[in-house]
Amino acid sequence: MPDQVGLELIATALGEAIPGSVLETTFFRERAAVHVAPASVRQVLSTLKQNHGYRALMSVHGVDYYPHEPRLGVHYELLDMDRVDRLSVKLRVPLDEPNVESVTPDWPTANHQEREVFDMFGVYFDGHPDLRRILMPEDYEGHPQRRDFPLGGEPVLFTHNEVSSPGWTR
Amino acid sequence: MDAVSTRSEYRKREESITLSPLEEQLAVQRDPSGGVTEVLTLNIGPHHPATHGVLRLLVTLEGEVVRDLRPIIGYVHTGIEKTAEDKAYWKVIPVVERMDYLSYYFNAMAFCGAVETLLECEVPKRAQYLRVIHLELNRIMSHLVWLGTSALDLGAMSMFWYCFRERELILDLFEQSSGQRMHTRYFQVGGVIEDIPRGFEEKLREFIAIMPGRVDQYNDLLKRNEILLQRLRGTCPLDEESLLALGVTGPLLRAAGNPWDLRKAAPYSSYEDFSFKIPVGTVGDNYDRYAVRVAEIYESVKIIEQALDGLPEGPYITGDRKVALPPRHELATSMEALIHHFKLVTEGFRPPPGEVYYPIESPRGELGCFVRSDGSAKPARVHMRDPSFVNLQATAAMTRGAYIADLIATLAMLDPILGGIDR
Repeated sequence: MPDQVGLELIATALGEAIPGSVLETTFFRERAAVHVAPASVRQVLSTLKQNHGYRALMSVHGVDYYPHEPRLGVHYELLDMDRVDRLSVKLRVPLDEPNVESVTPDWPTANHQEREVFDMFGVYFDGHPDLRRILMPEDYEGHPQRRDFPLGGEPVLFTHNEVSSPGWTR
Repeated sequence: MDAVSTRSEYRKREESITLSPLEEQLAVQRDPSGGVTEVLTLNIGPHHPATHGVLRLLVTLEGEVVRDLRPIIGYVHTGIEKTAEDKAYWKVIPVVERMDYLSYYFNAMAFCGAVETLLECEVPKRAQYLRVIHLELNRIMSHLVWLGTSALDLGAMSMFWYCFRERELILDLFEQSSGQRMHTRYFQVGGVIEDIPRGFEEKLREFIAIMPGRVDQYNDLLKRNEILLQRLRGTCPLDEESLLALGVTGPLLRAAGNPWDLRKAAPYSSYEDFSFKIPVGTVGDNYDRYAVRVAEIYESVKIIEQALDGLPEGPYITGDRKVALPPRHELATSMEALIHHFKLVTEGFRPPPGEVYYPIESPRGELGCFVRSDGSAKPARVHMRDPSFVNLQATAAMTRGAYIADLIATLAMLDPILGGIDR
């Protein structure tokens, strides 16, 4: 992890390279995070890759910040294998415009992970080559990992309720 | 936005995964003499023994050669991450253990580590060593299941019995220390649930004594076996750069020559105390993937032996009563212990708000657990970065242009665990 000073240096360099990209930095439990504007995420990640040595993207995950606004969050966990250094890049998007530029063209590893975030949270990754549901069935409605999505209540399909089931066999 | 969620579009989207654009493209390419090229799209799985679970593959074949491949997953999606959001922190441990069902200690370790980081909770040295012993036993167990089933895929039927014979020894040890053979719930936030029982050490020493010899026997059977060499050597290699771009970690990356191992690079749970080597391959073909995993079994045995020799005395779980249950005997005499016990069992503890990503080295690569706390007694988000889920993306890159028989071998060497992929 970069220390707090290192984090500020990275954030300043990013802010100079891409004006308006860095919103905030947090340093929590020795873990450094840069909060960026959603529109600039692809640029930010490629700048971090080229200028700061973070050449591996280990994880992309979604978060729902309900009841806070903007609700949806996407986190990118970057890794520099040479210096054994990690950095999180975080962004927030509102529910009514959940669009983030896809980083899959630069980082092929994000392909499945962005699809999972789309599937579970309904974040749309613009420019993703194959944005379909990945874990849920393709005809599923709703995004189950959102905090306001209810637990349970999913009817199970048996032969005896095939006719009255909610239309899966139709 | 609507196009994805409405049911009427279903057929159209199924069409998108039949790879028809590729078929057309290939047909045009391969048609200089006016002959007809037949491209076949073959569905493998989801119920197929060679897919090691319920993995479905759509493979485009030209003759016997794989031109493209698309994995379709989600058949064992159980919504564990969603379930975890409705449970107190310490009640999440048994559900996350069931994600990757061959490396339950690792799932528990990643989750407990993340929560301990949130709480800034110190884990006693003895608990760290006990964790290492069980993690490495679990790594050997996972590799044994992989070796047995992979060898079975390649036609070496008897390997399956030998590997499962040794796996039984490990499961017996798990049963002795925790009462369960699988999904043991041995790791707790702040330490482990119980100290190892009397007799565990002798049994573990017996195991340490026989295991290297048994791996030698596996090697005698397989290492220079002509059939195995022809199936594995030189098939489906992928270079380090492509693997890194695809986010592949673990034995697959090490087989390509990159010695990245979180146990060495960023030690957790006292791994810095042990001396062990990181096996690496050279070309990154299927044989290297096989050899790296088998070599890791020897190293794990070494770590277990060192941990057992150096096992420090002391508590096996943190003394912080706000996090760990008080000992049973205190409940009869101490009002305070009773209150702590009641609070922990009914509500659990409340970590301070924050977000933590805690990566560890699982048998398949980097297993990261992301936990977000909103200050309540239940986690606001639990996410596992499962190595199998990410590594699966490399299948297409590895097998493009290879024979379909090599696809089966590659899938075996990839070691995907569908419980972890679908979660």
